[in-house]
Amino acid sequence: MDEIGKAVRDYVIREYVPEGDDREITETTPLISSGLVDSFSMVSLLRFLEKKYAIHIPDADATPEAFDTVERIVALVRRFQKVEVGSV
Amino acid sequence: MRTPLSYEDLAGNFDWKIAERELGYQPGDPINIGWMCSDRLCQMGLANKLALVWEDYQAHEKRFSYDDIRIFSNTIAHFLSGLGIAPRQRVCLFLDRVPELYIGFLGILKTGAVAQPLFSAFGDESLRVRLADAGTSAIITQKKHLYKVRKIRQQLPDLEHVIVVDADAAALQQGEIAFAMEQAPRVEQFSVYPTTAESPSVLHYTSGTTGQPKGVQHVHYSIISQYLTAKWVLDLQPDDIYWCNADPGWVTGTSYGIIGPWANGTTQVVLDSGFNARKWYEFMAKRRVTVWYSAPTAIRLLMKEGAEIVRQHDLSSLRYLASVGEPLNPEAVLWSQEVFGKPFHDTFWQTETGCIVITNIPGMPVKPGSMGKPFPGITATVLDPKTYEPVNRTGVAGLIALRPGWPSQVRSYWNNEAGFQKKFKNGWYLCGDRASIDPDGYFWFMGRDDDVINTGGHLVGPFEIESALLGCPAVAESAAVAKPDPVNMEVVKAYVTLKKGFQPSDDLELEIMNTIRKRLSPLAMPQEIEFVDTLPKTRSGKIVRRVLRCIEFNEPVGDLSTIMED
Repeated sequence: MDEIGKAVRDYVIREYVPEGDDREITETTPLISSGLVDSFSMVSLLRFLEKKYAIHIPDADATPEAFDTVERIVALVRRFQKVEVGSV
Repeated sequence: MRTPLSYEDLAGNFDWKIAERELGYQPGDPINIGWMCSDRLCQMGLANKLALVWEDYQAHEKRFSYDDIRIFSNTIAHFLSGLGIAPRQRVCLFLDRVPELYIGFLGILKTGAVAQPLFSAFGDESLRVRLADAGTSAIITQKKHLYKVRKIRQQLPDLEHVIVVDADAAALQQGEIAFAMEQAPRVEQFSVYPTTAESPSVLHYTSGTTGQPKGVQHVHYSIISQYLTAKWVLDLQPDDIYWCNADPGWVTGTSYGIIGPWANGTTQVVLDSGFNARKWYEFMAKRRVTVWYSAPTAIRLLMKEGAEIVRQHDLSSLRYLASVGEPLNPEAVLWSQEVFGKPFHDTFWQTETGCIVITNIPGMPVKPGSMGKPFPGITATVLDPKTYEPVNRTGVAGLIALRPGWPSQVRSYWNNEAGFQKKFKNGWYLCGDRASIDPDGYFWFMGRDDDVINTGGHLVGPFEIESALLGCPAVAESAAVAKPDPVNMEVVKAYVTLKKGFQPSDDLELEIMNTIRKRLSPLAMPQEIEFVDTLPKTRSGKIVRRVLRCIEFNEPVGDLSTIMED
């Protein structure tokens, strides 16, 4: 897991995994479809990503599918990091 | 193919006694929803019919016949009675969508106790407020939610029993009890408590503009409305496979996720999973769902995923679609017509009505964007907001009002009779929403008439959010208002002033958002926080949310003469 993946995973564990729940979060653990993160809570995850990586993820791309695993979230962040860099 | 009766056919000579007769109820007899939805069906020869097919996000499956439902609800009722749970005591269900939630609901009612379902995503503060208000005696939960109960238990002197459905006794603390429904000795016979029509059955909490959430008290007679509306509006037929997306922590999930379908002897399917478009379509295709009761927010999320994914699944079993929770926008109706070949039928009702009251029924032309017409037996109108007299002119906005007296009408607000009485004017029950009526008698939703925020079909009260915001160390004052949202219709936005020594920042915004999400619920979490120097107030110092809401909705602010000039 790379740096972005670790940061996302740590944030998910810190903010969404219930106290006393020692489940493992891997790159492919379902987050939204498992109910661990619901579509409302997704907004705080989105804010975290936008703030930490200084990117903007449009609503159309911030879908439950795109946020369903750490792996997909990392891909999303990388995609918009490229957009930000490319737009400079 | 069956031809549905017309609206006029159903409305002509309507009498709720139709439902009484079909359910075999005679006025004055005992009536118990727990028995009606299980034992009665078995006596009708449906013991071996599937009542519930449950699946979780990993595709684990459980199947329950009506006889299983009868026996397991007996088992739970027997267990609760053994603990000393007495009629009218409140027993909270704080569970994900596991079978114990659906069957436990019936088990609680069989004892004569009151079922108090609460959304399992609630944080500890939302849970505490509702359990304290209800004086709840017992809570049935899962180990994953136990930490929230443990945090607040010392503040709940009435809470005698904490029952955990999926934990080993060794992992529990003193005063917590392990109860595994399917492993417990099966109870074939249970003497169902002879509740009567007006005996309390379900206590659901809903939000208002002022104060903490209100406990909406329903009675066993509500099944009369829920049975008939499920049959006529959702068009439930003997061979249907029915899927209701709602969580039984909210009223749709009990009225139409438990009582309505099971009173009709319907097979229902439950997916205990978060939202995922592909999974939802796979589930419907695999389960051959015929009737689907969903919500505009879910439909709009599906719309975002596009039409191609729909075409990748065999959804030919779908026969009838309905929606509830917030107004269904015309685009969603047209989209469903395009991709599913049939429209979603909008239905309007609320926690207090207990059943669908304004609706589109099968055979009635759907006007995209309209709520439909009053269900037969419901007298509905719109009232002038100043005189509380019917507007009596088409196309003119007024307050949606219902003539009291239908079976599932709220009987009281728990511990709040004054608040309950405020809901009635001139002999009408006020829903708190505004609408107009067109020349064909169709109602058209215009918006809320108060500060309550309808987010994703759930009502969130600003007071509860503001109280929690004030618990954040940095927050001096706050106002929570609705903000328009393309998916959820509205989301929560908070305006916040900070205490001295605190500065606005992205970090602080995220910290406050997460605090509210954990203490209250994801629904109550502000999706945006705006840090301001001052909030608009009346001369007496009361924060005027109306001004902020108008700013969000880009509407005229109106009369500001009572606002302070700072």
